[in-house]
Amino acid sequence: MAGEAIAFYILTGMIVTAAAIVVGSKNIVHAGVSLVPVLLGVAGLYVLLRAEFLTVVQILIYVGAITVLLLFVILLTEGATGLRTRQRNEQVPLAAAVAALFLVTLLVALTRTPWALTNQPSAAYNIGAVGTSLFTTYVLVFEVAGLLILASLVGAIVIARKES
Amino acid sequence: MGVALFLNIVTALLEIELVRMFLSVVAVFTFVAIGGAMFLVLMERKVSAWIQARIGPRHVGPGGVLQTIADTVKILQKEHIVSAQADRFMFSLAPIMVAVAALLSYVVLPWGPGVIVRDLNVGLLYFAAVSSVGVIGILIGGWASNNKYSLYGGLRSAAQMISYEIPLGLALLTVAVLTGTLSTAKIVEAQPYPLLYYPFILVNAFIFITAATAETNRVPFDLPEAESELVAGYFSEYTPMRFAVFQLGEYGALFANSALFVTMFLGGWRGPFDLPLIGAVGSGIIWFLLKSYAIVFFLMWVRWTYPRLRIDQLLNVSWKVLVPLGLVNLLVVSFFVVMGW
Repeated sequence: MAGEAIAFYILTGMIVTAAAIVVGSKNIVHAGVSLVPVLLGVAGLYVLLRAEFLTVVQILIYVGAITVLLLFVILLTEGATGLRTRQRNEQVPLAAAVAALFLVTLLVALTRTPWALTNQPSAAYNIGAVGTSLFTTYVLVFEVAGLLILASLVGAIVIARKES
Repeated sequence: MGVALFLNIVTALLEIELVRMFLSVVAVFTFVAIGGAMFLVLMERKVSAWIQARIGPRHVGPGGVLQTIADTVKILQKEHIVSAQADRFMFSLAPIMVAVAALLSYVVLPWGPGVIVRDLNVGLLYFAAVSSVGVIGILIGGWASNNKYSLYGGLRSAAQMISYEIPLGLALLTVAVLTGTLSTAKIVEAQPYPLLYYPFILVNAFIFITAATAETNRVPFDLPEAESELVAGYFSEYTPMRFAVFQLGEYGALFANSALFVTMFLGGWRGPFDLPLIGAVGSGIIWFLLKSYAIVFFLMWVRWTYPRLRIDQLLNVSWKVLVPLGLVNLLVVSFFVVMGW
């Protein structure tokens, strides 16, 4: 248990530090690359929760695909500099208010929720169980998500193709 | 007495997870450095020489077998140079990311019966996931060099790897459907496959090896590092040791992909017979290595035989040939499995 706690704090430290760089860095490429430790750290938290499948999918999709696409687009548009002169706009008070509201909501939710505590390690689960629940209990959510992705795919193609 | 005490201490240490982890990392890294990078560089030079009717390295050691060791010593002594406008931190980080990504994929390779660093439930997915991280190293290496050719190399690499991850994933998925598991050790146990499936497995093996060649940036898919047009692409600004770390990652990934091919399609560590004296585990490892190096040889043969593709041809091969083929193949294999044939 002590080992898990240590691992948790190391991971959290890594996530928070890297996330601060993501939002604070003046260099947009640095910000993009800092997403990698954030997402890997979250994957590490999934390992601590014994969610192997989720861990691997997190790395595959978020680190291996989304971050790569993000960096690809940044490098294509910003060229070799990666420097953005403008990092802040006039919306700071509004953003601060939203952030504060969100923090309060989170704190209330965290303190009011009766967390089910147990000494048992969470049950080992397998991909079969994930697949079965996706196609039975959550089939509607699954299909809607699929539809959404299809719609965005078609939308992207329509925008990208030239009208003849 | 002293020996017994020593053995006791060693057994006690081996019980500790952290110690075992450390030792596995050392073992894997040693293998990747010597059996992967150093040996494969020598092998590549010898194979290319043989294909081009040359002799290849021959001065250092008998038949030139010590050439890469001499080269490594030379590389270690050379100066590190970072170009003035480069992003120092990112520049140093990039080769490490590529090498670590390649190294991580060795965790799930089954070397022999029971010889595996960690038999993950999601082994195949894990392999795909960690090998997809390496492209970030290539991208930031290309960007940090502050050289337009390097940047082009990095961008091409990203486009290529994203395109070929899909057929690669489909090939892995087909194997997972066929065997009913994602664990690499259990996939070896599930072989040989039923005879009826072999036409589809053949197609699948073709898709996998094509996609894996593209993922490891080798000819005919080596656009990210095309020497003749991009002056080696993303690593043209790198001086010897960092360049060597890139090469370590690349050859490490080459061997890992070949080993995964052997695991999925050629029976992994299973051999026609057990070799004498070294037992089942020992001969399993020997068969596994023999088969893996045979696949590596095949990939080198391809590399020195075929010309490079153009970028549009390369993307067409992925999206218009491999992806539809993989989807149909997956559908047919799933149908067969559901019908219980």
